[in-house]
Amino acid sequence: MKDAVTEAFVHPYIPNTAPAVKQAMLDAVGAESVEDFYADVPEDLRLRRPLNVPAPLPAEQDLARHVKGILAANRSTEERLSFLGAGTYNHYVPAVVDEVIRRSEFLTAYAGEPYEDHGRFQALFEYQSLMAELLAMDVVNVPTYDGYQAAATGLAMAGRLTGRRRVLALSDVLPEKLSKVIDYVRANLDIEHIATTGGVADVDALAAALDDGVAAVWVETPSFTGAVETQLSEIADAAHAAGAVVVVGTDPVGYGVLTPPALQGADIVTGDIQSLGLHQWFGGAHAGFIAVHDDPRFVMELPSRLFGLESTTVPGEYGFGDVAYERTSFAQREEGKEWVGTAAALWGIAAGVYLSLMGPEGMREHGELLLARTRYAQHRLASIPGIRLGDDALHLREFTICLDGISAGDAVSALRREGIEPGVVVDESTLLVCVTDTTSATDIDRLADALAAVATSKEESK
Amino acid sequence: MSLPIAPKTSPRRFHQASWDEPIVFELSTPGERGIAITPVEPAVRDAVGDIVADLPKHMRRPEPPALPEIAQMRVLKHYLRLSQENLGSDLNVDIGQGTCTIKYSPKINDQLIEVPQLRSIHPAQDPADTQGALEMIWRLERLMAEISGMDAVSLASPGGSAGIWTNIAMIRAYHESRGEGEQRDEVITTIFSHPSNAAAAKVAGYKIVTVYPDADGYPDLGALKAALSERTAAIMVTNPEDTGIYNPAIKEWVDAAHEVGALASYDQANAAGILGITRARDAGFDVCQFNLHKTFAAPHGSGGPGAAANAVSAALEPFLPGPRVQQVDGRFVVREPGELSIGHVAPAHGVILHVVRAYAWIMSLGAEGMLTASQIAVLNNNYLLKRVLEIPGASAPYATGRRRIEQVRYSWQELFEETGISSEEIGIRMADYGFHYWTSHHPYIVPQPFTLEPTECYSKAELDEYVAALAQVAREAREDPELVRTAPHNQTVHHTHHDDLDDPERWAITWRAYQRKHFGVVRADAVDALAGAAAS
Repeated sequence: MKDAVTEAFVHPYIPNTAPAVKQAMLDAVGAESVEDFYADVPEDLRLRRPLNVPAPLPAEQDLARHVKGILAANRSTEERLSFLGAGTYNHYVPAVVDEVIRRSEFLTAYAGEPYEDHGRFQALFEYQSLMAELLAMDVVNVPTYDGYQAAATGLAMAGRLTGRRRVLALSDVLPEKLSKVIDYVRANLDIEHIATTGGVADVDALAAALDDGVAAVWVETPSFTGAVETQLSEIADAAHAAGAVVVVGTDPVGYGVLTPPALQGADIVTGDIQSLGLHQWFGGAHAGFIAVHDDPRFVMELPSRLFGLESTTVPGEYGFGDVAYERTSFAQREEGKEWVGTAAALWGIAAGVYLSLMGPEGMREHGELLLARTRYAQHRLASIPGIRLGDDALHLREFTICLDGISAGDAVSALRREGIEPGVVVDESTLLVCVTDTTSATDIDRLADALAAVATSKEESK
Repeated sequence: MSLPIAPKTSPRRFHQASWDEPIVFELSTPGERGIAITPVEPAVRDAVGDIVADLPKHMRRPEPPALPEIAQMRVLKHYLRLSQENLGSDLNVDIGQGTCTIKYSPKINDQLIEVPQLRSIHPAQDPADTQGALEMIWRLERLMAEISGMDAVSLASPGGSAGIWTNIAMIRAYHESRGEGEQRDEVITTIFSHPSNAAAAKVAGYKIVTVYPDADGYPDLGALKAALSERTAAIMVTNPEDTGIYNPAIKEWVDAAHEVGALASYDQANAAGILGITRARDAGFDVCQFNLHKTFAAPHGSGGPGAAANAVSAALEPFLPGPRVQQVDGRFVVREPGELSIGHVAPAHGVILHVVRAYAWIMSLGAEGMLTASQIAVLNNNYLLKRVLEIPGASAPYATGRRRIEQVRYSWQELFEETGISSEEIGIRMADYGFHYWTSHHPYIVPQPFTLEPTECYSKAELDEYVAALAQVAREAREDPELVRTAPHNQTVHHTHHDDLDDPERWAITWRAYQRKHFGVVRADAVDALAGAAAS
């Protein structure tokens, strides 16, 4: 059979196509052609035609022109004034973070052992440790995919720990996240949503709903609408009295100033680290954390890898290794805890670098800045006739506004014409507005003025 | 000594970087900082006052987090030193991590994703402002449909195992939509399929049936048929399996599954040798997933992010996760998941960085390039197989005398019996020569296993260098086993103890836990580890 390889085909990513080298390798193994190697693939399964894909662009500059040409249709949030959040946040990313994660030693490594990849183990152990300080918990995992997965696994852990099925969700949850969580846990858990009051948990309703069938009480703080749960201690006391586990979904960005959930009774704290040093990437750069106390019952339910410190044969030397590896699906397939696979380690390294740069003072100032700008934006927007705040709760970074006289969709369309993304449409009359360290007071003023103009023109046209 | 210099040895004389770097907390000097924060503006301060002081007292963090305080250059230096103590595939001949397809990740692709028009876009922006990103998703979906032969594709899954989860979630929803959700409560896989197939199906609520190979190492069709019934929801198989053996009866496997009303799910993590050779559709599969960070050359990132492409038949398309991207009148629009969809499996549209990288890789190679990549990967593998089997003590169990596709699961059992040196010990010694080497996934059905996957990206000279190191270590195992047993000798650190890692009283998963458990240093914000915990 004719060898399908064109003898002259040489691509910079593929050595061993030079005819002499290829022939030498075929000779070494006693093969007539590469076809010999596919002897086990039945002929009726063979694709005996070229794949129908566009002509290639092997020259780098041609490829770059093509790809950049497609991406050039995008307008970034550097060209627009964006108040978009809802799970993906436009925070400043320090240059050192990008510098470190672009290093090809980190970028192109994978599953090396703690010897040749000592640096990866140490960087991720440090990530776990830095997150642990921020969260005031003693155990943090090597990152899972995202905050959705982290919450889903946190609840699944609670189910395994208690052997119960009910989950009481007390907060407004990002709808996309809720979609993932429900589908992930539904073989073992039933999620019941208890309506929020004033943007936060209804503690009385919780008390009425709790019984000995409740595996977990699930709190999101900040919630989908940016509301910070201020009654977590009461919630945790009630949950614990019923033997339920308190699972929190959070964004760690505020814990330089805000009390972390572990100090208010949370047993399993989960969340996303996109806010800690990752660009927006169209919502494509997320990583999830799961934190627990150093209680083996909880630790042994974690599916993720956990990198631990170890001694070596040389005094004073730090070694690393996998803690309790036998938990994992790598060790036990379906008998392990859920599964572990390639998830988001590089983003863990990024968040570690970010927290190392920020330090306690940076995280305190950053948290204060976010709280202050959130409050300022709430003031400015709520003072516009026809606009009011969705609730009076304490908010971090995000809050909802309710519009009278103009639909949220129309307001968004009107402001987009001015280069402003005012927020995410929640429903016909509600917008979710997000401020960060990249939206200055002047930017917030511009948003307020533009929204005021839209609201006013609607008033006048009535 | 004077010129000339002696010729180079093979294996080379290597030493990994060893900075004896402290833990980042040990670099802390109170009062230093690594980055300045943009200040609260006077206008904001005037309007909101002291926002932190106004917090309810119980919401104000009582003690600042005990993060380190380090000036910027020292933070940079610390992490660059750690990076040097890491052996990425850009530095070594990374063929030792079989099943994981460590290809060359083209540098141009890393540059292409760094444009602000990708890095700084938000998924909720006006779609008119994100047409480029949506087009990129749409284009890669079309390419993956052609490569798989399937009808529809989603790029939403943020990893290979996440893609396997998406497969089983769709299968579950499909059977439920037909009223067979409760009846079909079993999933069949093979022992040489990736463990996540079994593990993800278990999470979805299924009982797992695992089929072992027949005497020749091929997936046992008879055992499959005995296991199939009206209770089977799906078969979930990797092919070629992690042994590098292509199941020649794969069509019969799929047909047998279909005969009992089960679906067939194809884990294409091992597709690097069959692009343009054979397709999931041709064997009759209903769903499959490719790993963009393996087969399509996106980098592995020290363990992620990854990304998967889930490709399905038209019958399964309604179950794909959302959001979906569609082309309407030349514009790209986003559609939220429909009624039958499993919903969202991750934020937004998935890992767009890898979508662009995979697209760029395919566009660089084209049809002939992808076919060549597969053929050279397979040539490299069979060449490597020949060379490894020349090393006394190495073997390749199963399918003796047959060719393999893109990888081989080898065994050092003979060497182990002779010398007492295990595959794991050989792996540690391999690092001394500058190579990564992995044993294999558990359980060790193949005794003293190791799995090599050379891909198309490494030259013959590099393969020879790797084999020379393997042969050298095998020789050392016979002639100086203590040298191997006490390895590593040329690494960042020396032989590491493991006992504390499995002892809850002693394990140290974070620096604060280490300080508490081994030095009695307790943080001001420590919570008694057991006080609040439920589930007692």
